[in-house]
Amino acid sequence: MAFTPIFAGWDRLMEKPVLLESPAVNFTGLPGVNMSQESLVEIRDLNFTYDSRPVLTGINMTIPRGKVVAVMGISGCGKTTTLRLIGGQLKPTSGEVRVGGQVVHQLDADGLYALRRRMGMLFQFGALFTDMSVFDNIAFQMREHTDLPETMIRDLVLMKLHAVGLRGAHSLMPTELSGGMARRVALARAIALDPMLIMYDEPFAGLDPISLSIVGELIRKLTDALGASSIVVTHDVQESLKIVDYVYFVSEGKIVAEGTAEEMKHSTVPYVHQFIWGEADGPVAFQYPSRPYGEELMERAARRG
Amino acid sequence: MDNGLARALRGLGQQVNSRIWRLGYASRFFLAIMLHSGTSLRRLHLTLREVYFTGVLSLIIILVSGLFVGMVLGLQGYDTLARYGSTEALGVLVALSLVRELGPVVSALLFASRAGSAITAEIGMMKATEQLSAMEMMAVDPIARVVAPRFWGGVISMPLLAALFSAMGIFGGYLVGVQLIGVDEGSFWSQMQASVDFREDILNGVIKSFVFGIIVSWVAVFEGYDAEPTAEGVSGATTRTVVTSSLAILAADFILTAFMFTGT
Repeated sequence: MAFTPIFAGWDRLMEKPVLLESPAVNFTGLPGVNMSQESLVEIRDLNFTYDSRPVLTGINMTIPRGKVVAVMGISGCGKTTTLRLIGGQLKPTSGEVRVGGQVVHQLDADGLYALRRRMGMLFQFGALFTDMSVFDNIAFQMREHTDLPETMIRDLVLMKLHAVGLRGAHSLMPTELSGGMARRVALARAIALDPMLIMYDEPFAGLDPISLSIVGELIRKLTDALGASSIVVTHDVQESLKIVDYVYFVSEGKIVAEGTAEEMKHSTVPYVHQFIWGEADGPVAFQYPSRPYGEELMERAARRG
Repeated sequence: MDNGLARALRGLGQQVNSRIWRLGYASRFFLAIMLHSGTSLRRLHLTLREVYFTGVLSLIIILVSGLFVGMVLGLQGYDTLARYGSTEALGVLVALSLVRELGPVVSALLFASRAGSAITAEIGMMKATEQLSAMEMMAVDPIARVVAPRFWGGVISMPLLAALFSAMGIFGGYLVGVQLIGVDEGSFWSQMQASVDFREDILNGVIKSFVFGIIVSWVAVFEGYDAEPTAEGVSGATTRTVVTSSLAILAADFILTAFMFTGT
């Protein structure tokens, strides 16, 4: 199996639940977070307008605890905007986003930063700090937010790297990593403080099939191991449907379909069908909106006389 | 014709409006840097690291340029002073030219090209590759962690570089004037010591270089932070840093010199 060397220490890691109980990372019982409720993220009637252009319209989503939920759709449909609204980097035009019972856009700067300490985010191309080594990238949050001694930080960082199969690469610089390795390091960084919510922005973009499969497996296993919730924004159908519990399909800023991965595979919704089977034409038109070509030709001919 | 004129006026108004808006935005950004400077001072190693990158790594260009500027001053100064039979005042001419004017201004222009552009490119690339967004999502304020240390690193480096530029320039003037042309060494140094006033000349030069340090560092971090997150956007921001800060340095130099001018 391709995963054997990478997950050689996985069982041992899970027997010693370091990822769940390390002093830096146990956030249960923190003020303001309602850990008992079923859903971790709730989005209600969310609208977001950018420069008077509606980006998201009437979005309703629920992200249950411990589940991996995918948000799918074509590029520019508003998927990443949804993540930024959940993370509080953008404010909704109307509606609300609740994370752990707290309305994100109503939090002050301190409250928002406190909430973000319990979130992890994997950016599209990793967004690793290029002036820091792999080790320092993962240690970054621990050094910024905790008073842990350097020896303990070292142990924690190596555990995180071991979890993504890159313990041996801790001294490398980001420029020395392949695309797949960079994504795994970014994943280790996203789980550095054992977050309750992990957001993935196009985690599969630009990866070779092996790296793609590794990252997919890691998303599923790390979510389960941490007891976290994951939101995967992606347009990679095959890989994501293998690992997710629930899918939302977004088109032109609206949710057009939702359901389990199995339900989506057999969906008869034209948009979902076109998306999953990669059809060139359908509800998402091949042609960019324009006037009928014949009409334009006739008009040009009339002008020439 | 009327339409063309109206369009031109509208375009001009829009340009002026957007420039004023951007200046306001830059001012708010400066205020944000001041408010978030606590981290830079508490964790001094972050700022010292930037002093190394902006200051120490600019040393070669500053020292070599200072040497050549001083050597040229020695030659040109000797030529002019010889006409009045006062070549022994060469030391004064070289030293005053450097500490009052050329040291702060030329070193600031070089600093803007060498370090200012590097700061803009670095912050711009961090923005383009989502490193700043990632930092925000990790509950770390990029203005406190990335921008403020670079700003203060530049502000601290600039007066030190200007002082080294002036020192190297005086040495260049000495090499040409005394060693090459044969001006009396005693006159060269003693007249310099007698005529250069600490408060009027040296302190004013230091104040200038400090102000130029603020201008270059502010423009550099702002342009980087405000850059379009694309390769083209970052290259445009880098160019703007050099152009804007060079013009601002020259304008500020005139204003500061006018304030410092005593007429004696």
